[in-house]
Amino acid sequence: MAGAVAAVLGLSLLLGSTGGSTGPPRDSLREELLLSPLPSGDLAATFQFRARWDSELHREGVSHYRLFPKALGQLISKFLVRELHLSLTQGFWRTRTWGQPYLQAPAGAELWVWFQDSVTDVDRAWKELSNILSGIFCASLNFIDSTNTVTPTASFKPLGLANVTDHHLLRYAVLPREVVCTENLTPWKKLLPCGSKAGLAVLLKAERLFHTSYHSQAVHIRPICRDASCLSVSWELRQTLTVVFDTFSIGQGKRDWSLFKMFSRTVTEACPLVSESKIYVDISSKTQENELLEVTPLPLSVHEASVQGDRRTYAVYDLLSPSLFNVSRSLNVQLKWKRPQDSLDLSTPVLHAQRYVSGYGLQTGEISTLIYNTHPYRAFPVILLETVPWYLRLYVHTLVITTKGKENKPSYIHYQPAQDRRRPHLLEMLIQLPANSVTKITIQFERALLKWTEYTPDPNHGFYVSPSVLSALVPSVIAMKAEDAEQSPLFTSLFPSSDGSSYFVRLYTEPLLVNLPTPDFSMPYNVICLTCTVVAVCYGSFYNLLTRTFHVEEPSRGGLAKRLANIIRKVRGVPPL
Amino acid sequence: MGLLSDPYRRRALSRLILRLNTPLCILSYLAGLGWFLGLASPPFTLRSYMSENAMGSTMVEEQFVFGERALSYAREFAGHKKKVGGIPVAWLEKTMWKLGLEVYKQPFSRTLPFPDEKHERYMVKGTNVYGILRAPRAASTESLVLSVPCSTGQHNSQAVGLMLALASYFRGQIYWAKDIIFLVNEHDLIGMEAWLEAYHDVNVTEVLSSGMLGRAGAIQAAVSLELSSDVVTSFDVAVEGLNGQLPNLDLVNLFYAFCQKNGLLCTIQGKLQRTDWDTLPSYVHSLQTLLLMVLKQGSGRPQGDHGLFLRYHIEAITVRGINSFRQYKYDMGTVGKTLEGMFRKLNNLLERLHQSYFFYLLPSLARFVSIGVYMPAFGFLILILVLKALDLWMKLSKCDVGPEEQLCDGDRGAAHAAAEESRPGLLTLVPPLLICHATGLTLYFLPVLGQHVATQHFPVSESEAVVLTVIAIYVAGLALPHNTHRVLTGCGSERGWMTLKLLSLLYLAMLLGCIALINFSLGFLLAVTMVPVAAIVQPKGPKYLYAVLLVLVTPAVTLLLSIVLYQELIEYPISALECWQLFLQAVSEGLLDHYLYGSIVFPFIALFVYPCWLLLWNVLFWK
Repeated sequence: MAGAVAAVLGLSLLLGSTGGSTGPPRDSLREELLLSPLPSGDLAATFQFRARWDSELHREGVSHYRLFPKALGQLISKFLVRELHLSLTQGFWRTRTWGQPYLQAPAGAELWVWFQDSVTDVDRAWKELSNILSGIFCASLNFIDSTNTVTPTASFKPLGLANVTDHHLLRYAVLPREVVCTENLTPWKKLLPCGSKAGLAVLLKAERLFHTSYHSQAVHIRPICRDASCLSVSWELRQTLTVVFDTFSIGQGKRDWSLFKMFSRTVTEACPLVSESKIYVDISSKTQENELLEVTPLPLSVHEASVQGDRRTYAVYDLLSPSLFNVSRSLNVQLKWKRPQDSLDLSTPVLHAQRYVSGYGLQTGEISTLIYNTHPYRAFPVILLETVPWYLRLYVHTLVITTKGKENKPSYIHYQPAQDRRRPHLLEMLIQLPANSVTKITIQFERALLKWTEYTPDPNHGFYVSPSVLSALVPSVIAMKAEDAEQSPLFTSLFPSSDGSSYFVRLYTEPLLVNLPTPDFSMPYNVICLTCTVVAVCYGSFYNLLTRTFHVEEPSRGGLAKRLANIIRKVRGVPPL
Repeated sequence: MGLLSDPYRRRALSRLILRLNTPLCILSYLAGLGWFLGLASPPFTLRSYMSENAMGSTMVEEQFVFGERALSYAREFAGHKKKVGGIPVAWLEKTMWKLGLEVYKQPFSRTLPFPDEKHERYMVKGTNVYGILRAPRAASTESLVLSVPCSTGQHNSQAVGLMLALASYFRGQIYWAKDIIFLVNEHDLIGMEAWLEAYHDVNVTEVLSSGMLGRAGAIQAAVSLELSSDVVTSFDVAVEGLNGQLPNLDLVNLFYAFCQKNGLLCTIQGKLQRTDWDTLPSYVHSLQTLLLMVLKQGSGRPQGDHGLFLRYHIEAITVRGINSFRQYKYDMGTVGKTLEGMFRKLNNLLERLHQSYFFYLLPSLARFVSIGVYMPAFGFLILILVLKALDLWMKLSKCDVGPEEQLCDGDRGAAHAAAEESRPGLLTLVPPLLICHATGLTLYFLPVLGQHVATQHFPVSESEAVVLTVIAIYVAGLALPHNTHRVLTGCGSERGWMTLKLLSLLYLAMLLGCIALINFSLGFLLAVTMVPVAAIVQPKGPKYLYAVLLVLVTPAVTLLLSIVLYQELIEYPISALECWQLFLQAVSEGLLDHYLYGSIVFPFIALFVYPCWLLLWNVLFWK
């Protein structure tokens, strides 16, 4: 009963919607969907659900949760988490053909957490936290242990309000082998206040979401300023989900799409609990290349913003405005291309990277990373983070960084060598990328022979090396005007840019699959037993043969008499014959 | 081992070896040869079976129906190829892009060490075009390759057409878990080598190529397709790769299984399998197939584009469409279905192909001989060398020690002998060893280095110059001073040649043993010819008979005989002159294989086997 009263109260406050600093803790929810055609012709759909709660979670006594999920709230207060970022991804964002992502995530599972400085045993808190998250999201996060956890010094800064940047409070881990499926989507959807019953979440139908080229879901929790004066803290939970639809195979060569075609659903209403519910459609190419595409129904408003160094135009559908559902009861956004695109060379993004294993054979190898800076005239630095498991023994003296045929000296290097079976290699470097250049970073490694119980059940599949992380402030080609971060769609407010001339980008390269020398597991016992026996027998007798000297012993004659004589001599104390 | 530490038994054993040496050697040779010939018959061969679970039990239903589209692509490709006069890069890029693939090209160039007369090429410039089909929701960690060589002339355009049709069909499917790379490589093997080296970012040979933009992780398996007619009557599969490496048997089984499923006729070494297995003609037939495989594997040449993948631990086969005079023909749809089935099963793989055999011989597609079964044949041959070496060793240690001390002839006798006589004895061996190996080094380096000098002074082309220099050096090696040991000791002794022979026998045994582990066929072919003559050769007795025999088993003559045998086996006999021409061609191709792809056969012969053979020649003319 009390809960219902509180809910009504909250709802009325929400609908009142004018900010007052007094009264009970307030929370709000915004849902957004961004549909953007990618340069390759595919379509990216990004959902974002932003819950914001004006409450001190770390203080005792918070027990009433409304829009903010209780499971996560309790987690934050128990483990004194400052920031938590978890992403589960199936597939790989192909930056070169799909353009700069709004928020990229590495293939598999990624978790990074900043703890409060009052946490004494960070490693223990990290272990417990990852185990609990594993339960919440049905993911194998419990496999995060010291062999795949690192503490980066420069790559991962707190995204929210923070006055502590002591990196010992940070833990970062990637599980590149993690497979993401509906079992991970369901708990993620359950965190939403409306579930998948109403609002944009209606579109989240697992059957369609996993029929895509790329699927990434994430949870970001961070403290933010409550208001402009920033005297008190609010907590923000962003749940994001990005999928890339392969319009080519869906549309049999045509690249037109509609909401119904992709999600097999349409939107009928906003979630009743939200304060904002919008669908953005990126129609930038329409303004550039003269009516190449058209969207139906006609958008009520158009929003212009500069995102990631590019001027974008968005058609905005506000689900809360009553005029939207005047004509028909459901909203089915459609996009039609008027002319087929046929350009082979796509515009490449300013920063992209590629990583691969070179060499052959099972003894040594080389990890090569190519970083492209296609900006016509600006150089910029990039922070590269490499985490390599211990069973690839890196030779750090072979680290070579070349740009345009010349050696490129990194201005900052942090290297933490691996310890067998205990911790991975960590290599962080700050590298300057000259304008219009390709930088090649190579480092050689040796493949370790594991103990035979350490092999996975499918050792011949290979072992994964987690993606390397590139973080950079990329100078934008056009001048960006400083905007109100809260108003612009999606992620621009997650990575605030310091000035208008550059924007933050974090990129992940592809994970690597490396084969290690693998024994034939079909008969380990006979082989071990047989070789041991053969070695023992041969060694023993050959050693014997080689070290012994041989004498021919004359057979003793006159047996009995001599023996008797000897006995007598023994009794007399004289040496025997 | 108690046998050896007991002096009486040891003496008995050594007497046995000494007395029965020759019969034992003959027996062993016959056993080895007989065992090898028996490999084609049922008790030695096993019926092949699919070991890989991921490919075995799962059924796939092939739905490829775009045979007509493949033919129209093929015609279009042939037209553009004719117009451009080479690989139509722009057309291929555009077509692949329209199919929804990620398209890349890779220009490369390679200057051959000397002109290749068979293919008429010297400075090779080309472009490989490839499209990557990205598997949905996969992070590009694994991939499969379908490669088609774009050779000169009108060959293979049907293969390109079929590949494009398959690509367009595969693009619409959702079940792919591995990326698929569709590759059109120019200039056959040179292009393939350039592509593989660029993909793995290594430089094994001296091919120059631009860096590669598109990659798709670790390649798990590859199929190379050659198809030059609109309809086929049968399919031939080539397995032998560079240096005699073979793909995992499961890949061959996979091909066979799908041919069976679609009712396609499939052959290996161009020989169709016979249904009656137990009869004599059938045995002869499988023996012929087996011999063909041994000859091809022994040559160390890649028998198709797949051969170069094997170095990178990528299982690969070449599939060739054959259009003969048979009545029943199969259209592109059936061929496409077969390939579709293979790729879908490969797509199901959870691990690299590793379950089945990597070392095998195939007397037919349905049966195989595993390494455990064929190795004894080689073992028997090597046993001869060991027996002869033991014999020589015991004779050597016996003649030092007096007959009264014979009992302890083993360790102490030898030690005595070593202390007294071994220093000059072993020093005499140094000059022949050095000279033989210097000849080997000359044989390896001089022909290619000296080709320009040769062309200036003689009216021959570069490639002729190289081949003729090889032969000249080879023959000149026989005429080298064979009594170099005299420089040191004044005159050779009985003991001298025995030590030299002992050394060369052990050397030969080691060489053959090593090469047989890498390339059984090469090891066996060399062993079956060289071993018996190496065992009997000595400076006493019918010297000239030995000389003739020794010349007959030199690796060059073995190559010549192998060519004759090969031509007989493929039922295409040739005259002596043609045979000689083929021999010259084989020599130049052997050299090219080494320089272009890193084949080890030529350096192995030139640097090791030929010097070893010269040592035996020295033994023969020891004075």
